[in-house]
Parts: sequence; structure tokens; C-alpha cells
Amino acid sequence: MTRTALMALLSHWRRKPFQMVTLILGLALATALWTGVQAINAEARKNYSEAADILGGGGLSELVQETGAPIAQDTFIALRKGGWLVSPVIDGWLPASGGRVRLLGVDPYTAPPGASGVRDAVAAVAIPDFVGGNGVILANADTSARLGNVGRPVTVVEGIAPGLAIADLETAQDLLDADGFTRLTVAASQPLRQTPLADIAPDLRLETPETADDLGRLTDSFHLNLTAFGLLSFAVGLFIVNGAVGLAFEQRRPVFRTLRALGVPARSLVVLLTVELLVFALIAGAIGILLGYAIAALLLPDVAATLSGIYGATIGGTLTLSPAWWLSGLGIAIAGTALAAVTGLVRVARMSPLAPAKPRAWAMASNTTMRWQLILAGLCLAIATLALTIGDGLVAGFTLLAALLIAAALVLPPTLGAIITLATRGTKSALSEWFWADTRQQLPGLSLALMALLLALSANIGVGTMVESFRLTFIAWTDQRLVSDLYVSAEDERDIDALVAFLEPRSDSVLPIWHVGRDVFDAPAEIYGVVDHPIYAGNWPLLATAPDAWSRLANGEGALINEQMARREDLSPGDPITLDGWETVILGVYSDYGNPIGQVVIAIDQLTQRFENIDRLDFGVITKDTAAVRSALVEDFGLPENNMIDQTALKAFSIAIFERTFAVAGALNVLTLGVAGLAILTSLLTLAEMRLPQLAPIWAIGLTRKKLGQIELLRALLLAALTFLLAIPVGLGLAWVLLAVINVEAFGWRIPMTLFPKDWITLGALSLLAAALASLWPAWKMARRSPSDLVRVFTHER
Amino acid sequence: MRLSVEQVTKHFDTSDGAVRVLDGISLEVAAGEVVALTGESGSGKSTLLHVIAGLEPAQSGRVTLDNVEVLGLSDTESARLRRNDIGIVFQQFNLIPSLTVGQNITFQARLSEQAPDPARLEALTDALGLGAQTTKYPEQLSGGQQQRVAIARAILHAPKLILADEPTGNLDEETGDAVYAALLDQARASGASLLIATHSIRLAERADRRLHLSHGKVA
Repeated sequence: MTRTALMALLSHWRRKPFQMVTLILGLALATALWTGVQAINAEARKNYSEAADILGGGGLSELVQETGAPIAQDTFIALRKGGWLVSPVIDGWLPASGGRVRLLGVDPYTAPPGASGVRDAVAAVAIPDFVGGNGVILANADTSARLGNVGRPVTVVEGIAPGLAIADLETAQDLLDADGFTRLTVAASQPLRQTPLADIAPDLRLETPETADDLGRLTDSFHLNLTAFGLLSFAVGLFIVNGAVGLAFEQRRPVFRTLRALGVPARSLVVLLTVELLVFALIAGAIGILLGYAIAALLLPDVAATLSGIYGATIGGTLTLSPAWWLSGLGIAIAGTALAAVTGLVRVARMSPLAPAKPRAWAMASNTTMRWQLILAGLCLAIATLALTIGDGLVAGFTLLAALLIAAALVLPPTLGAIITLATRGTKSALSEWFWADTRQQLPGLSLALMALLLALSANIGVGTMVESFRLTFIAWTDQRLVSDLYVSAEDERDIDALVAFLEPRSDSVLPIWHVGRDVFDAPAEIYGVVDHPIYAGNWPLLATAPDAWSRLANGEGALINEQMARREDLSPGDPITLDGWETVILGVYSDYGNPIGQVVIAIDQLTQRFENIDRLDFGVITKDTAAVRSALVEDFGLPENNMIDQTALKAFSIAIFERTFAVAGALNVLTLGVAGLAILTSLLTLAEMRLPQLAPIWAIGLTRKKLGQIELLRALLLAALTFLLAIPVGLGLAWVLLAVINVEAFGWRIPMTLFPKDWITLGALSLLAAALASLWPAWKMARRSPSDLVRVFTHER
Repeated sequence: MRLSVEQVTKHFDTSDGAVRVLDGISLEVAAGEVVALTGESGSGKSTLLHVIAGLEPAQSGRVTLDNVEVLGLSDTESARLRRNDIGIVFQQFNLIPSLTVGQNITFQARLSEQAPDPARLEALTDALGLGAQTTKYPEQLSGGQQQRVAIARAILHAPKLILADEPTGNLDEETGDAVYAALLDQARASGASLLIATHSIRLAERADRRLHLSHGKVA
């Protein structure tokens, strides 16, 4: 019985191969976009973990010089004698093709057990080959190729983080021309009896290094954004699956009824259909995973550039297909199919053997459905309101976002229905009357595809508005903030006085960019000192300010803080702030886009008097002739070109980072719009088959097939245009949530929203183009349909 | 309108070879005449009506309506002919479900850019017993009522030829009789020629003339 019933069910797909393609394609695309994004996230996180294992000694503490100077070998020996289980590390950069490569010099004998990355890497070669001045350099294949001929043999060891090379201490000292060690890694387990650190090396400080968690925390918001996009694309893909599964179920109702009447139990029928769907899900899942791999491989270089540009996190440009990834991809495909098919399966389970054999009016307008959609939309809006008013954090932000989008999608069909009803009232001719009435009747059949289009368009408008607002603000901000014409770094602290003395007669002003890293409000922050110069007051945009902020700052009466710190700690001008024991007040809050941590600006005198170990190497130079100052610095002062960058180059660099940051968002936007276009195409094609009995009489009465084809095209364009118009307010709502809620939670800054109507026109044209392309084929098929197909509607053959 | 069918041949290609549905059929219907076509299933009644309406091409022969050659018309011309000069009643009603009964009735008339005469419309709907149904949708009507709507649609624009393909085939005998009578009455009242395909000899005998089709020919 099972075999016979299954054959009867499967025969449907033989007759409707296009429907099968639609189902598999929709599911494969949904899976692809989701797994692609997940793959990027997983790859990035794996790389953070590997990098942190090696760079940060696997979460071990480190000893560093207070001044940042190298640690002498004698100090290391004294510490070991004093009972300290420490291992020396040399950290520096080697020139390499495409930039530079980080070189870590390590001691394989004393590397603590916790430093698993180092131990694993070194274990790949024989110790005698590694140690000594002529030892090998270890790097992954990509880094090895970038290093080229570095004067030492390079051994490829996979698993080492991209952009990183490992060598013995002596080799590293030689290659980096370094004396002493950069830091000492402290083993997790230390002897009970130790000579106090202050007695052996009072100038050393114990630090907790950067860990994978730190990097993960910084990049979490970026990955959350990507995940949200992946989820949105997945949802859009599921609309296609839902449509295809629903249609396949409806078209097979006569078969289901017959099978039930002939003695197949409802439960068996549901099981057979579930097995059939499972097979489809597995096939589509496998295709989706491969497509996802291609998408991830395509997007990964942009993601790598973004993470490197913003967070300094290095991730590889290549992907690995892990079994876990396969399993999760197949899992999401099965879950998506189940989600899309559950209503159909429940209906089959409840279907009476005497149910009408004629397919239910799948495309008939249902006021009850629309009422339910409105109720659900109301519920989603209530959830959105709660998330906005009571919720807190990124999860609440994304809940608000999801609830708003779902509500908008649910409201779409009733809204379009209302618009069509209004339009019907104004019609006079029979053709337009039929056009509107028929459009309304088709609405439920097209609503899933239109919802997908609405989501894709809203996401485009929302993300586009966010990115463009951000771009506008960011460029204006860099124009203001980058006050100096040339940025110069001294090579050494000993050169500072000479450099300033050299620059002062050749420029209008020399502005120190001195800073020190300290914890402020229990979180890492940078404290900068500024001189009393009118250019700051004229160019630094302050979001909130106390009276006479700049003059009071110059007098050492307070500090300015960045927006991130102000929002995180809920601070405003007038509030107290403690900087390394110095209690002062906040004078203003300034925008500081792109910076993941807190920042404080105080008068330079306060900085130099109250803080030690200040980084004094950087200066800004105000000059009318940047080229002349630059050339004098190189030729007369002997400063390397690499130690200076002019304002134009710096702006270009910042904007390039910005562009790369949002390249991924742009790519996902385009993909989502493409999927929505496909949803329209599949809906129109499937509806085209079902609509024949409705169109044939119109043709018989006296409308040509060509005219009917044109009307079908016009209808698709009209619905796409109306959906686009409705997507504008939804997209702007989305942009507001992104700018005012998500960005503030994720990055700590808020960007003013700007509207870009010209972009909407482009997007509107694109959506019409997508609808035109999607409807062209069904319309062409209608125009070219053979009269015998249409005539069959009137005969007994149907 | 005078209808003339001369030596029309129509065959379908199937996997078992060509099936000849119309085998050199010839017939004439005078203006205002009511002619019933009877015959077994597959005798070619529906196909003949489709060919006359320009819905299907024929392989050879001539079909003329008041000297207009139907078979040679382009898609646009044959659509115009159907819109303006022909009314069609299908067995399965084929109403437009998204339009009301009133809109369905006036649909073809308005499509042929005629402003339906309100008095004629009222008289027609009253005669067909549809006066109270015009604001309803087809799905809210019985089969007999739906077929009356189809008849009204086929007649309102005052066609010169009405083609009816088994108009009572989906109705019970009593309803079928009433619908058939209504169709004949309305056709005769409008002066249109009526060619009606039916299985029922009893109903066919109420026409002015009866033609029996067998194997694609008039027997």
C-alpha cells in the first residue's frame, strides 16, 4: 500500500517538474544565504580563537615594561631565579607582500602549557630545526607565500593564524633587529614561594592580555548584524518554499482524497508526505550548503577587511567545510521545510475522505485570513512597543526590528486589498473593472511573494539609509575631526624635541597627539591631551556641552568624553569623572565613530603632569604647504615616508575602511532582492497555470492573448510599485531602529538620520525591473499560449 | 447573421496518429434561425463551435459570417469579431468569479464599448429571474442561476450569432429545461442566429432545425 500510495504522490512531480525546481531552488537559496553567513561568522570566530591563543598566550597573564621598552635578558633570568615561571616573547612586524606579517619570537623550552597555540605550532617541526639563529620560521601557506625570501627557511604549518609567523627568540631578534624581549608570558600555575615582582623588576607590570573574549566582544555586534541579515534572507527564501509546498498540496487534493477514499489512513498519508518533504529538504540543503560556501567565499575577503580595519582582528581569506557546517546547513533546511509545510500537513491530517475533489480556491481572497493577518500584525506591533519601551540591549533591538518587519509584511495584503478596493470605485470601463477585481482576487496567491519583496525592499531602504546617513555623518566628521594637514610620528622618543623644533618654523602649528591607555569606569579607554588651539573649538563637533567647554578644558578644569563612553555610563556634561585618581568634571561629549572603546580628552598639561608612560610620538601639523613640509621631513630631517600621512590620504583610508565595512551589507541586500524577485517569478508562474480557467473566458469573449499577457505584466508592475511605496515608510522605520537603537547598543554611537529620496527612485526602478523580469516570462507564456490550451477549459477534458 | 460552414476539416495529432474530429463538415444557419447540433460525445460538436468562434483553427475549409471569412482572421480580428458579433454560452458557465453578477452580465457589452441600455438590461435580468441577484458573486448562485447569467452576458450586447455548447449539461433536467427555454426565448427575441450543441434530443426538437453530427460529419 505504502509503495503504491507513494508512487501516486510522486507522480505529481513528474507532471510538474518546474514546481519541483521552484521548491528545491527556494529552499536551497534560503539555506545558502543562512549557511553562508554562518560560515563567515564561524570562520572569523575560529580565527579569533587561534590568534588569541598564540598572541595572548591562551589567556595567560603577561609581564610588560611600564614604559613599553624591551625587557632585558637579565631581568628574565632574575625572574626565573626568583621562582617566576615566565617565558620570553618577542613581538614585531616583518615586511611582506601586501603589507606586513606579525613575527612572534618564542622560547619552545619555557613556553607555558597554556600557550597551546605556540606549543602546537612548534610541535610540527623538530626542535633542533627551530631553535638557534638559523632556525626555521613557521607560518601557514598563505603567510609563507607573502613572506617570500625572508633570509630564513619558512616551514608551512596549517593552523597558525593568518598574517602571523612564529620563530625562535634568536631568529626573531635577528630578523627584527631587536634587543631584549617585548613581554614575558606568565604560566597559569606558579610556585607558592616567589620573590615579589617589585623586588626583582619594579618597572614591570602584570597585565591580562587581549583574549578571544575581548576580540569576540568587540566584533560581536558586527556578527550579530550579519546574522540578522542571514535570517532575513532565510525568511525571504522560506516565502518561496511556503508558496511551492502550499501549491503542491493544494494541487494534489484530489489525489489525497482518492487515496483516503481507497483506504490509505490519514496518518500514513502525512508520513508519506513528510518523507517526501524530507528528501527534498536534504537535496535542497546539500545544494544550499554548496551555494552558501560560494557566497561565504565571495564575501569573506570583505568581512576580513572590515574586521581588520575596525577591530584589528585578522581572519583568513579561505574557508574550510567542516562536518558541523554540513549538519547545521541540512538542519536549517529541514527546519525551514517543516516550518513552511506544517500548515499543509495539518490540513491533510484533518482532511475528510469526502472533501471536495476540486482544488480549494487557493488564490481566492479570504477576508478571514486578512483579519487574522491584521490581528497578528497588531500583536507584533505590541511586542515591538514593549521591546522599545521596556527592552534593553541588542536582543531587544533585534526583537523590535523583527517585530516591525513581520508586522509590516502581515499588514501588506490587507493594505493592498484596501488600495485596490479604492481604485475599483474610480473605474468606468469593463476591462479596468475586471483588472482591479481580478488583481484583488489574485492577491492572496501573490501575497507571500509580495511580502518577500516588501521585506527585501524595506531592508534595502533601511540599511541604505543607515549606511548613507553614516557615510554622510562620517565624511563630515572626518572633515572636521582631521584638523591637521599632516600627521607625523617620531621614530623614537629621543627624536621628539628635535622633530618639534624642526617643524615649528616650517608650519603654522604643531599639535601633539599624545595619549595614554588607562581604565576609565572599569573599562579600557584612551586619554588624549590637546593644546589650547582655536582649531579644536572650531572643528570638533560636540554632541553635548557645558558652557565655555573649550576654554575650561584648556585651563585644566575638566575633560571631554566620547559618545560611546557617555552612552555606556549614562554621562552628560557636569557629571564627575575620575581619571587615575584625578577627580574632575565632564565638559562635553563628542562623536567618535569607528572607535570601539571609550576616549577622554583633557588639556595636555594635565596629561603630562598626571600620567606616566605617555605615548608622545604622534603630532599633527597645520600647514598650507603639506608637500614642502613632507619633503623637508624626508630629505632634511631623515624621517621615513612611512612615519607620515597627510590629511587627504588619511581621509581616503578611513573612507575606504568604511566602504569595505558596508560592502557585505550591500552584497546581502542585492542577494535578498534577487531572492524576492525569484519569489515573484515562481508565484506568477504557478498562478499562471491555475488562472487559466479565469482567463480563458475573457479570451473567448474577445480579448487577445497578447492583451491578456500585457495585462498580466501591468498587474505585476502595479503590485510591485504599490509594494515599493509601502516599503518606503517600513524601510525608514527600519533605518530609525538601526540608527537609534541597534547602532547605539552595538557600537555606542547614534547617527542623525538623513533621507535619500534619489536612492529610493533607483530602488523603485530596480524593483519594477525585478517585477517586470519576473512577470515577463508568465506574460509571454500567456501571450503565446496555444488556443487549444485555452479551449480545453471549456470542454470536458478539465 | 448568416453562418456558412463549408468543407471544414480539423484533426488533432496524437501519439496514435491523427484523429479527424471534423471531416469536411458543411452547414448553414440562416439569420435568426435556431439550429440544434446533436451527436455522441466526441462527434465534434464542441470543436465545430470553437472553430466557428475563431477559438480554434481548422486545417481546411471555410467559415463565413455574413461573408466575413472567419478562418483567415488574425488573432486581433477574430477577438474583435467574438467581442462584437458573437455571444458564447459554455457548459461550465465560465463566469468571472471576481466580478458581481451585474458586472458579469454587462461585461461583454462594455468590453465591446457599448453602453448597456438600462431598460434592456432590466428586462433581460427580470426575464431570466436575475433581478435580485445582480450584486451577488457567481459563487453565491446555484448552477442554473449561473448559467442564466452566462446567457444574459452572451445576449446583452446584441450579438448576431449565439453559440451555446451544452448549456444544460451541468444542470438537472428541470433547471436545464428552464435555462434552455430562456436561451431560446432570448435568442429569438433578439433576432440572433443560435447554434446550440446538446445531447438531448428532446431539447433539440424545440429548435427550428436539428443537425446530427457523427464522426465529424453531418449525418
